[in-house]
Amino acid sequence: MPGNPCARMDLGPYIVLASLEGAITAAVLALTAVGLSLVFGVMRVVNIAHGEFFMLGAVIAWWIAHMLGGHPAIGFAVALVAAPLIVGALAVAADMTILKRLNYDPERTIVATIGVLYIIQQMTLMGYGPDARPVEPPFNTRLAIPWFEHGADGWAMIWPWGLGTTSYKLAVIGAAVVLLCGVWLLMSRTRFGLVMRATQADRDMAQAFGIPVERVYALVFGLGAALAALAGVLIVPIQQAHYLMGADPLLLSFIVVIIGGLGSLPGTVLAAVLIGLSDGIISVFFSPTLAKILATLLVGLVLVFRPQGLFGARSG
Amino acid sequence: MSGGARAYALHGGVIAVLFALQFILPAYHHGNLARIMVLASYAVGYNILFGYTGLLSLGHALFFAAGMYGMGLGIQHLGLIPAPALLLGLVAGAVVSGGLALLALRTTGVAFMIVTLMFAQAGYLTILYFGEYTRGDEGFVIQQAQRVLWGIDLSDAGNRYFAALILFGSCLMFSLWLVRAPFGKVLVAIRENEERVRMLGYDIFVHKLAAMVISGTIAAAAGASYGLLFGYAGASFASVQYSIFPLLWVLLGGAGTVLGPFIGTLFMFYLIDLSSGVTTAYMLIAGVALVLLTLFAPQGLMGELRRRVWRGLP
Repeated sequence: MPGNPCARMDLGPYIVLASLEGAITAAVLALTAVGLSLVFGVMRVVNIAHGEFFMLGAVIAWWIAHMLGGHPAIGFAVALVAAPLIVGALAVAADMTILKRLNYDPERTIVATIGVLYIIQQMTLMGYGPDARPVEPPFNTRLAIPWFEHGADGWAMIWPWGLGTTSYKLAVIGAAVVLLCGVWLLMSRTRFGLVMRATQADRDMAQAFGIPVERVYALVFGLGAALAALAGVLIVPIQQAHYLMGADPLLLSFIVVIIGGLGSLPGTVLAAVLIGLSDGIISVFFSPTLAKILATLLVGLVLVFRPQGLFGARSG
Repeated sequence: MSGGARAYALHGGVIAVLFALQFILPAYHHGNLARIMVLASYAVGYNILFGYTGLLSLGHALFFAAGMYGMGLGIQHLGLIPAPALLLGLVAGAVVSGGLALLALRTTGVAFMIVTLMFAQAGYLTILYFGEYTRGDEGFVIQQAQRVLWGIDLSDAGNRYFAALILFGSCLMFSLWLVRAPFGKVLVAIRENEERVRMLGYDIFVHKLAAMVISGTIAAAAGASYGLLFGYAGASFASVQYSIFPLLWVLLGGAGTVLGPFIGTLFMFYLIDLSSGVTTAYMLIAGVALVLLTLFAPQGLMGELRRRVWRGLP
């Protein structure tokens, strides 16, 4: 349709749009996966219920926004603080009542967290119901993105229809970056981070030096869950809250953590960006089911042939 | 009576009781029990890998579905009659479990669990992806006319019960024979101490591979029979939930006991059946049971019985 640049969208703008969506996926995914990776790295257990903590974050955000009413920003701000705290406390309780009694045996922990997954998911179904419910974003200015095109009279700036984003989506990316930097500072610059790294390196030695390993485990489990919940709160204005929404983040986090190298935080973030971006772009061109099939096969094959992850160094 | 004769008498007795029950049970429970026996066969297969070999798979739904779709697609698209369709289901299960075993057995412990989970998920998604043939989530019905095996209409409740009993009886007896045979003893030894068995000169990989193929083929037999007896094949049977179920049944009944899978399936089936009258969130029961079992009774019901009453219970 010549003469009407607003009505069409070429491949270029399409890819820009897909990468933007991908960047949001990557941001949220990085938060969720870092939580999972932290738990695996320090405690050496795989938490299958991790996706449910993400879902709980989203559902609690809806609930708080619904209870408070008023301007969406108020409810959202409260949820941003309260949801991770509630979910974190819940995870600490689960750690102390279940995982601790199992002595963090890796296989039994997986079975128990599968149980926890169903308990959280089905309790949410009973309390919250099977509907998907939206949460209004605190701010939502539409931002159009210009595109340059070589037309009859040289390069011209156009505003293709549909090419745009919202201020909220950009804020999600920014928030994730800030939070991830926060986690990195916590790990590398604080006393708690030091204690966590000591426990990760050698549990028995840490215990011998008077580190309360069990308390560290509980806090790490809580922190991991809180990060997933935060990701859930951030995503809920874009995606609606639903009791089954934990499955995809769980799968994607697994992919990210395994490809990034089990327990390695920089590897996890790098893999999240890679997977998030490619997921956005791939699902534009291929069917989402095919993309998921390839992703799950990739995880399986990486675990079989390169268990240290694609970015991890071979140890021993 | 020797331990062996007592074991065969006990399990033969259970089959005899199940045979007798069909004449006295009301229709509803009669139908349930047929279903439970097919699902228990699935659990018997799972138990050979998990209970006796000590390999915790989170992907057995893949084998169950391989049997179900091998049979179902054979009938639907190749126009097979039930007998070769069942055989196709079994072959599909053996091939898929053998293929996955070759890959997954390169890993151990947690990695093995995740690898099996991922490949089963990929299998589930593949069924959805080829929705044109498999009808995806919606599934497809196998018509009554296509369910006549050697002149016996399997959609008839009585015939169905009898077919389920034959399937379950043969799986149970096979599993009893297997775990008492030298091969089964090696599997248990691998579960207890892999390094020591290796040192004694056994080929661990071959034994695990065989255990996984046997386990997968039994699961496929259950899947194929389920499709044929109840006339339906759907993608939900390939979902993660159907990988978790046999784990739950076996844990509840007692991993590493021959009768455990049946007892666990029976209890869990009725627990969920009763609770589904109260709430739609019936998987809550499964979750709570999983947590409680891992916490307080990792041996399961038959495991407790073995510990307290009959130490030689196979």
